[in-house]
Amino acid sequence: MALLKLQFPLQRRVRLAQGLWLLSWLAVLAGAFTFSLGVYLKTELLRRAEVMDNTEIHVVPNILMLVGLVTMGINLFAGRVCQDSLDSARFPPWKPFLLPWYGLAWMVCVWLLSAVVLSYALQGHLEESLKVGLRNGIRFYRDTDVPGRCFQKETIDRLQMELRCCGNTNYRDWFEVQWISNRYLDFTSKEVKDRVRSNVDGRYLMDGVPFSCCNPGSPRPCLQNHLTDNTAHYNYEHQSEELNLYNRGCRQALVDYYMGLMNTIGPGILSVISLQMSVLVSLRYLQTSLDGVDPENPEADSEGYILAKGVKETMMDVKNIMFKLLQFGQVEAGDEAEAGADGEKAATSS
Amino acid sequence: MVLMKMKFPFEKRVKLAQGLWLLSWMATLAGAFTFTLGCFLKTELRRRAEVMDNTEIHAVPNTLMIVGLASLGINYFAGRMCQDALDAGRFPRWKTFMQPYWGVSLLFTLLMLMAVIMSYAMKGNLESSLKIGLKNGIRFYKDTDTPGRCFQKQTIDRLQMEFRCCGNTDFKDWFEVQWISNRYLDFSSKEVKDRVKSNVDGRYLFDGVPFSCCNPSSPRPCIQDRLTNNSAHYSYEHQTEELNIYIRGCREALVNYYMGLMNTIGAGVLSVFLLQSSVLVSLRYLQTTMEALAGQENTEIETEGYLLEKGVKETIMEYVTPVLVFLQLNQVGSEDTEA
Repeated sequence: MALLKLQFPLQRRVRLAQGLWLLSWLAVLAGAFTFSLGVYLKTELLRRAEVMDNTEIHVVPNILMLVGLVTMGINLFAGRVCQDSLDSARFPPWKPFLLPWYGLAWMVCVWLLSAVVLSYALQGHLEESLKVGLRNGIRFYRDTDVPGRCFQKETIDRLQMELRCCGNTNYRDWFEVQWISNRYLDFTSKEVKDRVRSNVDGRYLMDGVPFSCCNPGSPRPCLQNHLTDNTAHYNYEHQSEELNLYNRGCRQALVDYYMGLMNTIGPGILSVISLQMSVLVSLRYLQTSLDGVDPENPEADSEGYILAKGVKETMMDVKNIMFKLLQFGQVEAGDEAEAGADGEKAATSS
Repeated sequence: MVLMKMKFPFEKRVKLAQGLWLLSWMATLAGAFTFTLGCFLKTELRRRAEVMDNTEIHAVPNTLMIVGLASLGINYFAGRMCQDALDAGRFPRWKTFMQPYWGVSLLFTLLMLMAVIMSYAMKGNLESSLKIGLKNGIRFYKDTDTPGRCFQKQTIDRLQMEFRCCGNTDFKDWFEVQWISNRYLDFSSKEVKDRVKSNVDGRYLFDGVPFSCCNPSSPRPCIQDRLTNNSAHYSYEHQTEELNIYIRGCREALVNYYMGLMNTIGAGVLSVFLLQSSVLVSLRYLQTTMEALAGQENTEIETEGYLLEKGVKETIMEYVTPVLVFLQLNQVGSEDTEA
């Protein structure tokens, strides 16, 4: 009992072929669109590559780019097939290719769906990667004279100014590292000597932040030093001061930014999936309806279906085929062993 | 003595009409392009309107927008005319339309050229407008509690960060104004009292700049205050220090930005001007060849086309003489009344 059987008079077949041709070209454009979305996402991730520790999140744009190219290919093929479909002489050569085509199209939809799922599932990984990357960036902020790290300061400064954030989790991360290089500290002064002696590692720690944490929206000129000391500044209470520096941490800012990007990309990918599925279903109907055409009466009605038998029966059929292939291998091995045993028996008996 | 006479056999006339039709559509697109360039320039000028004192520079984008719209109309009519050109029966109905059409189209084409010239000529105007606007912005930086001025601080800070500049001419402009509001100054402290007493107006002046002047490319954490005091900071010499804060003034940065924009736009508008002129020249040739056909029975004969029937001087005299006569009449009339 066929699955989702539909009647296809000649007119309807012709319309189906024409509609499928149009759909397949739309799907080619959709594939190009997916590819460009992947490229865009990858570019955005590469821009902030310096504050990311690993590149696991890059699997999402890589999948999108690859699947976009594959989608373009298979839909060009579908367009060619349905151009030839209404000519009963030119259609048969395409038939053997159709079964692998269905498999490939199905895989494309699965991969796209997995890309969308991954983009949400990898959020934790992204956050971890940013946590480590930003921690290193803040630690090496002062090393502007060390080759390989000399641009960390500029990177972190521009990141904080652009994304309006301060520190890793919040601005207090700057209190825990020495972000002023020893080259610029006067070790003869009492204040510096006190601070350096006050901790085990001999670091110059202070409750101050770099200028890039300053919020231009504050009504007051920026306070960067002695942030926890209410008496150091006139009319200042650090517990209630909200506008002076950026409150958000850069990790939160970057995760929000990338999740926002992926939320925008998600619906686009879902619509590409539905378009590809509709191309798949239409091509299946076209194939089955053309197969059902009587060669002597080419303009008669025919039936189209998605599966020749029901879902369960088709699965049973597939299982049987698989078993046969496996058993074929087993039976052959069994025969040889028997033949060998027979041969020995014959040799011993004779 | 005719100006630039050319012979037009039938084939050439047909080719001229076809070529002109294509050209007029391209020129229509070019007119739309000019309009969008004008809109873009106007948007960019309005983004920084808070640091400009007057809006005289807006004449450039306004002219571009008007010219863009007008050229859409001019080229539409040119296309219609050359569609009718190959039919000798339908072309004469455009006759009365031609004189005003030439006047309008020449005017707007010249206006296009004027826009390009203006964009260079008004550089000084733009600079003085920015000078005053930035001076006010720096003066009112501290007035974050005054309605109408409370966003000056944020505007100036974001401007300095975005354009990588500091102050009006350079960073020393910040030393001459009090940019910290009195609300945040402790008037019981000796230092504040000394500074306020040290000048006539009672302003708190000091050699420091806001944080937005800081240059992120500096290898050293930003030094914002006591900039002229070498002993206030370790290993610091203000005469040789170049990377600490932005050296460029915001006026120069903005002028460079807008001049760069106008250079690019000027090149585009010049090419549109050339396209438009070629459309008008071709249309003139087409008009004169078709007019020579009027009243002829055989529409496939060869005719002559020209730009001006008489020479340049004579044509100008033709137009100027009525005006002069009008003026002289007036003068003679007033003398009569006096007598």
